[in-house]
Amino acid sequence: MARIVVITSGKGGVGKTTTSAAIATGLALRGHKTAVIDFDVGLRNLDLIMGCERRVVYDFVNVINGDANLKQALIRDKRADNLYILPASQTRDKDALTQDGVERVLNELSEDFEYIICDSPAGIERGALMAAYFADEAIVVTNPEVSSVRDSDRILGILASKTRQVEQGGEPIQGRLLLTRYAAERAARGEMLSIEDVGEILAIDLLGVIPESQAVLNASNAGQPVVLDEESDAGQAYQDAVDRFLGEERPLRFVDVPKKGFFGRLFGG
Amino acid sequence: MGIFDYFRQPRQKSASVAKERLQIIVARERAARGGPDYLPAMQQELLQVIRKYVKVNDDAVQMNVDREGDCEVLELNITLPDDRG
Ligand SMILES: Nc1ncnc2c1ncn2[C@@H]1O[C@H](COP(=O)(O)OP(=O)(O)OP(=O)(O)O)[C@@H](O)[C@H]1O
Ligand SMILES: [Mg+2]
Repeated sequence: MARIVVITSGKGGVGKTTTSAAIATGLALRGHKTAVIDFDVGLRNLDLIMGCERRVVYDFVNVINGDANLKQALIRDKRADNLYILPASQTRDKDALTQDGVERVLNELSEDFEYIICDSPAGIERGALMAAYFADEAIVVTNPEVSSVRDSDRILGILASKTRQVEQGGEPIQGRLLLTRYAAERAARGEMLSIEDVGEILAIDLLGVIPESQAVLNASNAGQPVVLDEESDAGQAYQDAVDRFLGEERPLRFVDVPKKGFFGRLFGG
Repeated sequence: MGIFDYFRQPRQKSASVAKERLQIIVARERAARGGPDYLPAMQQELLQVIRKYVKVNDDAVQMNVDREGDCEVLELNITLPDDRG
């Protein structure tokens, strides 16, 4: 049985796809057989971030509709042996993701994968609800900014009530916070919500903090998940998050303001 | 007030304003959560009924569901305009 993990946020553009690619790649590199599914029907993008856009033949909806089988649709990653990508459909039919269909695909994947990472679309419409419904656990991607935090709380409400696990009488699923695009200096100056502020408001466990980083754009330009950029701050922060996800203890990095020199102290405020 | 006084003023940091606003709105939305699904529709209908008699804003009807033990308490707040029309 695979563990199904949804990467979700409510708000758009906060880093779900970046995170899905990083976590899935990180898990696969640690030897776990992992599938990552793009649930963003009509706005396929995970393929670009994973650098496999030219190898897409069939997609998630083709498999649901029986036009292709899973083997035909899954794209094998070129960098990590244990990693497979199931791209989103570009159809404009938002009802294409039926609950039965999604369940069938997840059940089949569960037979030979250890982890299934579901890259949720933004919003709280069908695609987002389907990505969350079958999850065993959730990673809530949040930026230190008011609308993102509020939407994350909204999503936590959905995770607590609208999942298969809850409907079958089980526990609400665990959401863990991944705070991304964090700028330690701005938080220290009181211009940006701090890790503590967001943690206090959302009141969930912290999986990690990913700094605002140029490396993320470089990675998406190249179609290489940023976690592979081992020199970069964001890459290392994602590596730490993957380790924590697997139960290791890792101290937070890239969250402190570098010590300033004399002029920095004088003008930095 | 000279320019230096202005900079010396302990202005409230924007992050702490953000945090306070978030704490309030998140608490309010959590209270409404778990409430019955018909609440938004009921809220709209109540608004229409009230509008038969007075001109009110879209946000004139506020609802809040509280749980007290086994009991659910529906709190309803209707804001009327100053000049009753
Ligand atoms: N840590 C970071 N530092 C800098 N830029 C980032 C970071 N994380 C994400 N970004 C940028 O933010 C943008 C949105 O990222 P991404 O596509 O992962 O978000 P998303 O939540 O999947 O968006 P959508 O809701 O549209 O699916 C991208 O341009 C990405 O490069
Ligand atoms: Mg995305």
